[in-house]
Amino acid sequence: MGGNREIQGTPVAVRRLDPESAEWLRVLGDTGPQREAALARLHEMLVRIARGEVRRRGPRLRISGPELDDLAYQAAADALVAITAKVGQFRGESRFTTWAYKIVIFEVSAKIGRHFWRNPSVPLDAEDWDRLPDRFGFDPAQQAEWRDLLAALRRAVDEELTPRQRAVFVAIVLNGVPLDALVAELASNRNAIYKMLFDARRKLRAALAANGYMGDDPSRNS
Amino acid sequence: MNGWPELDRFLWTDPRDVGCAEAMEILHVYAELVAAGGPAEQRYPGIAAHLRACGPCGEDFDGLLAALHGETH
Repeated sequence: MGGNREIQGTPVAVRRLDPESAEWLRVLGDTGPQREAALARLHEMLVRIARGEVRRRGPRLRISGPELDDLAYQAAADALVAITAKVGQFRGESRFTTWAYKIVIFEVSAKIGRHFWRNPSVPLDAEDWDRLPDRFGFDPAQQAEWRDLLAALRRAVDEELTPRQRAVFVAIVLNGVPLDALVAELASNRNAIYKMLFDARRKLRAALAANGYMGDDPSRNS
Repeated sequence: MNGWPELDRFLWTDPRDVGCAEAMEILHVYAELVAAGGPAEQRYPGIAAHLRACGPCGEDFDGLLAALHGETH
């Protein structure tokens, strides 16, 4: 195995499989008891990673202990199905287990996103513009200074964004809906929602810059 | 920088940001490189830019890194 592929000009080396990864591929491609035993080991590993991940995020989620565990088991089960279906797509660019960990962590994120709607903090179509000062850390004592800025921002949201960009902005920025929760609600995907918000942010900065509220700052990079 | 650093940060977009699809596709490669102390940001600047900007992808990356570190502890 060798050769490179590129992702938008970024080369990703396909390396020779390490022995552990090669063994995983061998037994998962097998049939009978060996494959069943490998699936059991894989599932156990995915449960361990999923439980670790929900514990890591747990303090920030409004999900209790038994629910967290249930979420982890669901994520592991769905990840097992996804991995066995996609095992032929594993390219050896990392260890097999790293690739598998990624898939179960994505499942954890998706489940947490869907779980948000069991007890949403605010209706999806609400527009709580009063949250913006807190959202951006504006000092109430300096309201005279930022009131015009927020009015300009609101005008830009209404006038510069497409309806879908506006809806995404309102949901995520005003109403605090997590991006993955919005993905679940709109039956969309993370990339599409992120891109809408990315484009919205760019347009809003341009509008505020045109009106003298902030700079374009084209030289800023990290 | 103006007097609104959080708003300024929120409205700043990095043109190198590759987006979620590409970051998610290669996250396992990137995370392994980071865990090994390799030049991940140098090799994949667009991925690094995205992980700084995207909460969900950044969270997944943190989780994957934690899983990899858990292998050695």
